[in-house]
Amino acid sequence: MSKSTHQMVQMDRRQALKVAGAGVLAMGFATAAHATPEDAAMAISKLGGSAKADSAKITIDLPEIAENGATVPVNVTVDSPMTAADHVKHIHVFAEGNPSPEVISFNLTPSTGKADVGTRMRLGKTQNVVVAAVMSDGSVHVNKKEVKVTIGGCGG
Amino acid sequence: MANQPRVKLPKTAKSGELVQVKTLASHDMETGNRKDKEGKAIPRLILKKFSCTLGGAEIFGADMHPAVSANPYITFYIKAEKSGSYVFTWTDDNGEVTTVSQDMAVS
Repeated sequence: MSKSTHQMVQMDRRQALKVAGAGVLAMGFATAAHATPEDAAMAISKLGGSAKADSAKITIDLPEIAENGATVPVNVTVDSPMTAADHVKHIHVFAEGNPSPEVISFNLTPSTGKADVGTRMRLGKTQNVVVAAVMSDGSVHVNKKEVKVTIGGCGG
Repeated sequence: MANQPRVKLPKTAKSGELVQVKTLASHDMETGNRKDKEGKAIPRLILKKFSCTLGGAEIFGADMHPAVSANPYITFYIKAEKSGSYVFTWTDDNGEVTTVSQDMAVS
């Protein structure tokens, strides 16, 4: 008898969790269907330091027109000697117009030798891709580039 | 992971040489934004962490988000300093780890 009441309580708790989870999801969808340039700027401001915009240290290699938004190649190089005293610690890639701005964060060390990284990403629509590089002295460099996307790659 | 990830790392390198590493993992990178035919949300399942280590020390790593394409492709450089077994690991949302190791001789 006591066992069955215990099971009931467990069931209720599970259901309650499910309902709560669904509520959180719905809220997330309603408020943040797409990120905005402000969201990306917020994420960058959280990296600390005063971000230097349009930094010549960062080269972003992206196609001007991406026919398929599901796989857009991106390559980032940061001008740095990559020594123990002066190296790039992180390279963050943000997409201003995706459901959430974060794409990928690369973590580099002096053993990386060269700040030259590449990947393939999804882009939902034509937008700016923003790259932020965090240096070992804490300074942040930012640069961005626009990509025209013919077919979005975030699924429907 | 269905198939083992592929790693392209030279077998030999000169000391101090900068070598490019290319990695390709096989994964759907389900974003969590998509819905199935019945309109139910497909739960998110992505590879969220990648790392390259030598003797336990991390040389390079990456934190991935759903905006990384299916079958994540990552390229980077490493400075050839020590011979040894370079270990590449991918970790998914459920904590499942896939590991590939490859030797490089540095002369």
